[in-house]
Amino acid sequence: MVTSTRPVGPLVIDIENITKDYVMGEETVHALRGVSLQIHKTEYIAIMGPSGSGKSTLMNMLGCLDTPTSGRYEFNGKNVAEMNDDELAAIRNREIGFVFQTFNLLPRSTSLRNVELPLIYAGIDPDTREEMATHVLHEVGLGDRMNHKPNELSGGQRQRVAVARALVNKPSIILADEPTGNLDSKTGEEIMALFEDLYQRGNTIILVTHERDIAVHARRTVHLRDGLIETDHAGFIPELDLVALERP
Amino acid sequence: MRRFLYELSESWKIAASQMRSNLTRSALTALGVIIGIVAVTLMGTAIGGIQVGFDKSMSIFGDDVLYVGQWPWRKVDDWWNYRDRKKIKTEYADALNRMIAMTPNSNLMIAIPTSSVIRSVKYADSEVSNVLVRGTVSDYIITSTFDFKEGRFFNDLESRGGANVCVVGYDVADALFPSASPIDKSVLINGQPFKIVGVIARQGSFLGLFSLDSIVVMPLPAFQKYFTAKSEADILVKVKDKTKLAEAKDELGGLMRRVRGLPPEKKDDFSINEQQALKSTLDPIKNSIAVAGLFITGLSLFVGAIGIMNITFVSVKERTKEIGTRKALGARRRTILLQFLIESTALCLLGGIIGLGFAFAMCFLIGIAFPSFPTQFSTGLVVISMVVSVMTGLISGFAPAWTASRLDPVTALRYE
Ligand SMILES: Nc1ncnc2c1ncn2[C@@H]1O[C@H](COP(=O)(O)OP(=O)(O)O)[C@@H](O)[C@H]1O
Ligand SMILES: [Mg+2]
Repeated sequence: MVTSTRPVGPLVIDIENITKDYVMGEETVHALRGVSLQIHKTEYIAIMGPSGSGKSTLMNMLGCLDTPTSGRYEFNGKNVAEMNDDELAAIRNREIGFVFQTFNLLPRSTSLRNVELPLIYAGIDPDTREEMATHVLHEVGLGDRMNHKPNELSGGQRQRVAVARALVNKPSIILADEPTGNLDSKTGEEIMALFEDLYQRGNTIILVTHERDIAVHARRTVHLRDGLIETDHAGFIPELDLVALERP
Repeated sequence: MRRFLYELSESWKIAASQMRSNLTRSALTALGVIIGIVAVTLMGTAIGGIQVGFDKSMSIFGDDVLYVGQWPWRKVDDWWNYRDRKKIKTEYADALNRMIAMTPNSNLMIAIPTSSVIRSVKYADSEVSNVLVRGTVSDYIITSTFDFKEGRFFNDLESRGGANVCVVGYDVADALFPSASPIDKSVLINGQPFKIVGVIARQGSFLGLFSLDSIVVMPLPAFQKYFTAKSEADILVKVKDKTKLAEAKDELGGLMRRVRGLPPEKKDDFSINEQQALKSTLDPIKNSIAVAGLFITGLSLFVGAIGIMNITFVSVKERTKEIGTRKALGARRRTILLQFLIESTALCLLGGIIGLGFAFAMCFLIGIAFPSFPTQFSTGLVVISMVVSVMTGLISGFAPAWTASRLDPVTALRYE
């Protein structure tokens, strides 16, 4: 039973019995073995689980970067399996904002140009683009770093640029796969404060992490283990997670 | 359409910044195309030049003149059948002219005897050797295509009287009289003085093989008096209407048989030649030179194209993660395809433009250094080489760009 600390919006993500197999020569890896999940607008969810449990695989699926081996996936009520490549690209562009563990910024472009990238693929004219990018960069506190290239920024600042890039097209959901994985704990907390702020302003956030300190920020926690959802609670229950992690 | 232009301009910006940040590599890659385009353009120029030179050389013969001689102007396998033919004599020209005058509606206008030897020409302390000394009549001017730099051709009176006058080619005049006018000066040929009455304007060379300006023309009686007792000759016959060349040729053949007194059962023992015959003999040679030249230089462009393909593949490989990121941010396949295609095309076009600049400069320098070398730089060539560069870019960039556009986003993102 899914509960939440506040009223939730309409259903954005609806997956049912999703599986994903990776065939590697003779061997088949069952990365996901039948996952069902419903995510509503304005939720803040942490997906937890040990390394190799299928978190990233699930995340890529949700982000329309990957297609399931079997199962049903509806995004905003539309069947993702029936979409062609261009429609998937459009969904990724307008509806989903990705934040990666490794930031994935274009190394030779300034913060501003990096943040503008999704707007280019949305076909927005250069002036509007710059205006929008400038605005979100201010929002993430990088108003004074707009013309810096990634190698002129700290790790935390880079991730802020990446968050700004994820936000700029006003997506339905933000997907963050271990966004603090490459940051020290203090900087990680700063990024989590940014996510909290975004959440407070009505954004929908899905956060993948294996760190409890990070997961506590979410309002709902989904535990994955060996490609299956183990638990799915409102809030964060440390005891249960501890048990989950200590299980052999 | 607007969307496409938008993507085009955005892709162009990405490509430009990519080239800028990989300057050395871009330059080296472009170099391959530069060399290719230089080679192809220069070859194209040379072929154009050869074509022009060829046509110009051919025009020396005139398209309305038939040449009666012992040998045909084509390759013969049975040369021994021609070797023992009776020589053509200067007197035939008079006989032919008499018959032409008596033939109503003749297709022929006039027959001109010419006879030539190679001699040295002297003036004061200067000497030019290997000059073609030709004796002919004043009507020779009718069959010729040359202009005068100064002076005139010898007149009928001088021609008949065998006066010691002559007309010299540009090279002869230039060598013997570098500063002064040669008119009315006397040059020595075989120890005999000949007064110069005219200088022929520069004619260039025949197929680049020998100069047409190293010539002296004089009245036939004078020529025969001093140079050769024998009256071996070539006879030039101008036709009235060049569209009826075949009829004219038949008529001339009949007249020549009468001149030679050949019975009907005997084959012709002379050859009637024309510009067209020579052209069709030489055309295949010219064309195969062109094809071979373009093929060889095309290879160098091909090598350049392989370079571009290679570098685009490397670029795709290196930027696999970037491609994944772009896809995650909403780049469509065709956007990625376009980005890499534009990158390779821009590189090729850049190489093409630089190459063309080099080729142009080289043509210019070659033109200065060797004025006789035929170069022909045309706008058509510019357009063609630009089209070739763009095509090279598109073709060589397509395979890598296609690979990039088809990359699975998840695989690309995981790529390290
Ligand atoms: N492209 C792939 N090819 C083969 N196996 C894969 C691939 N991606 C993920 N896997 C496997 O699927 C499982 C789940 O991986 P992943 O979703 O990345 O786990 P997590 O993010 O929770 O650490 C792992 O066993 C991993 O080795
Ligand atoms: Mg992972």
